[in-house]
Amino acid sequence: MAAAAERATRDDAYSIPLEQIDVSDPQLYQDDAWHPYFERLRRDDPVHWCPESRYGPYWAVTKYKDIMQVEIDHGVYSSELGGIAVEDQPKGLERESFIRMDPPKHDEQRKVVGPIVAPQNLAEMEATIRERTIRVIEGLPRNETFDWVERVSVELTTMMLATLFDYPWEDRRRLTYWSDVVICNVHAPESPVHSEQEKFDELKKMAERMAELFNERAKEPPKFDLLSVLAHGRATQDMPLREFMGNLSLLIVGGNDTTRNSMTGGLDALSRHPCEYQKLRDDPALIASLVPEIIRYVTPVIHMRRTATQDAELGGRQIRAGDKVVMWYVSGNRDPEAIDDPDNFIIDRPRPRQHLSFGFGIHRCVGNRLAELQLRILWEELLPRHPVIEVLAPPRRTYSNFIHGMRSMPVRIPAGH
Amino acid sequence: MPRVTFIEFNGTEHRVEVPPGLSVMRGAVNNGVPGIDADCGGECACATCHVYIDPAWLGKIGTPEPGSMEASMLGFAAAAEPNSRLSCQIAMRDELDGLVVRMPDGQH
Repeated sequence: MAAAAERATRDDAYSIPLEQIDVSDPQLYQDDAWHPYFERLRRDDPVHWCPESRYGPYWAVTKYKDIMQVEIDHGVYSSELGGIAVEDQPKGLERESFIRMDPPKHDEQRKVVGPIVAPQNLAEMEATIRERTIRVIEGLPRNETFDWVERVSVELTTMMLATLFDYPWEDRRRLTYWSDVVICNVHAPESPVHSEQEKFDELKKMAERMAELFNERAKEPPKFDLLSVLAHGRATQDMPLREFMGNLSLLIVGGNDTTRNSMTGGLDALSRHPCEYQKLRDDPALIASLVPEIIRYVTPVIHMRRTATQDAELGGRQIRAGDKVVMWYVSGNRDPEAIDDPDNFIIDRPRPRQHLSFGFGIHRCVGNRLAELQLRILWEELLPRHPVIEVLAPPRRTYSNFIHGMRSMPVRIPAGH
Repeated sequence: MPRVTFIEFNGTEHRVEVPPGLSVMRGAVNNGVPGIDADCGGECACATCHVYIDPAWLGKIGTPEPGSMEASMLGFAAAAEPNSRLSCQIAMRDELDGLVVRMPDGQH
């Protein structure tokens, strides 16, 4: 944001009555204006009751340690009762998925997909990912403005998705389209669909196409892709349509969108912190800590929501059974009590992996190591080829309070770099 | 002071002193032993300090309570075995002097 706009936002955040602070407004994230509101909440009202919002009343949990408590106590804070987003899924159009389940069903389904992204399988994927990454970045234009999101972030993560699903290569952009449909806010002008019904219908088409592949894989011997493991997994082979839609949506979004935005957000952060960028060029071994720092700083998932199954105390406040409890990861990752100098992007900070971006507890991001691997390879291959990439304008951001998305970012690689 | 031997997946051994009361995970991290990530910092919330307890020590260390958070988290860890533990959940004590733990291929 421009300095004047930033000051105005700051004044507003510190002058409005506390009870009027509603951090669920998607505009805050599209405008990148959320920082001062959370800064004030962490200081004045860390477990904050928002009595009125377009999504109904909810608790905003803003500090690292309180978020951790909600994460760990999945018996008190359910993912199943009300789902994982501050906005409820539309009545009659709900899609179940294992991230929206509690044990034991959650555990059974999660265990089916876990091995796909376990260290041993990742080691086998590394050469493929590297070869593709090199191809994509060697094909980038010189001395010409292009969209980093489209040419790099979307391109690389779409290829990854096609591999994870073993989806027909030539149609792989369908996966990205479906991912955008899943995460879009239907009220945003740029949204690919404009009503919840339309979203549901598109996701049903996705499920039908995926079901063809799923049924083929069920007849074939098991292999190591997501559709095959789902088709052969005891806990997932007989899913009803809605659950199939939900789980595919989860795996598609989890398998690309968050990494896509970290690929964009990482370059954006480095370009805003030229000293850090230079430190990285001087010592590429710092990629090891750069990657988790990017993931913290970008915080690709803005929040996760739980619903209290019983009365509980959290950060000195009394939560009642049935309350909506929202963990704002963007805020916990900027909590100075947990992370030193959290608003600064520091690529060699100690303990860089201690951040909330992947969540903690039983719902912790199953693909976290794959995300890190893709980012590591991107920067390992970028640095020797394109040590200087100029970001020409700030990224255009997504209208969403859930996915911290970047829709485009113009960049230029100067001739000679 | 009691000592713990950490054996990396590639066989490299690290013998470090761990003061009683400190977790085995903290002992590894404080001494820069590679292969223990401990992303959650010891909250039993991520399974990235997964180790295999040497069978000779399993009786003294024990296995996690069924249904406990540790058992749940280990249930999602790659390559968990009956002698798997999260090292953040093992508090060092004098009688564990000489403990041997092995690391998995990677923490997940």
